[in-house]
Amino acid sequence: MSKPTFVYVTYIRATPEKVWGVLTDPKATPAFWGGVTVAFEQRVGSPLTMERDGTTKVTGEILVCDPPRRLVYTFHAEQPEVRHEQASRVSIEIESVPGQVKLTVLHEGFAADSKVLGMISQGWPRILSSLKSLMETGQVLAPFANADTHGDGRSAA
Amino acid sequence: MDAVFKALADASRRQLLDRLRERNGQTLGELCANLAMTRQAVTKHLGILEDANLVATVKRGREKLHYLNPVPIHEIAERWIGKYEGHRLRALADLKKGLEE
Repeated sequence: MSKPTFVYVTYIRATPEKVWGVLTDPKATPAFWGGVTVAFEQRVGSPLTMERDGTTKVTGEILVCDPPRRLVYTFHAEQPEVRHEQASRVSIEIESVPGQVKLTVLHEGFAADSKVLGMISQGWPRILSSLKSLMETGQVLAPFANADTHGDGRSAA
Repeated sequence: MDAVFKALADASRRQLLDRLRERNGQTLGELCANLAMTRQAVTKHLGILEDANLVATVKRGREKLHYLNPVPIHEIAERWIGKYEGHRLRALADLKKGLEE
């Protein structure tokens, strides 16, 4: 078994169904994903796209879809400077804990000296904090400050 | 948030986070190597970091791997950093780093 490169955890006061619903709704993702629309069908083998302003940033394929608990997909960055890199793998796990959910993101399978890896490590903490804020208060956080795979300086609202 | 500040208010725990930042996904044994702390002390500190959600763990086979989880620190930063200050703060941080290296 390979060893995850990154593990991110946040606790959200919400139900697993609500968190799953927001993560899988392409209309909902831009608000907390730095303006990125994440679109896929909830079935194994479905293609996945992450797109902002009409530009495809990431493509992938759904490997595991177990609502509302577990979603696994491949992650292939499409920016010209990194598109030669192999696809990595994202696992999102949603667990019920008393009064809230534990949301875990594992990201693994990067190429050695991967450039995508640097972009990801900036992006996930923002996405998860924004998602938490949105679900608990209805407010998103400040717009993302710099450009990366997950978002740039545009308002997330 | 209290748990995060309490966890960070200790040099040994910050040292453990630094070691995970250098290399993520270490076992307890790896984290204990070359540290002037007993295994018991490291276990206790890791427990406090885990309770504060600053360290996340994953089981792989028989091993428990420890990861630096920056999400709570990001939440704290977002709370007090103004909407449009992010890039200026980053520029200042880069300048400080460049001058001190």
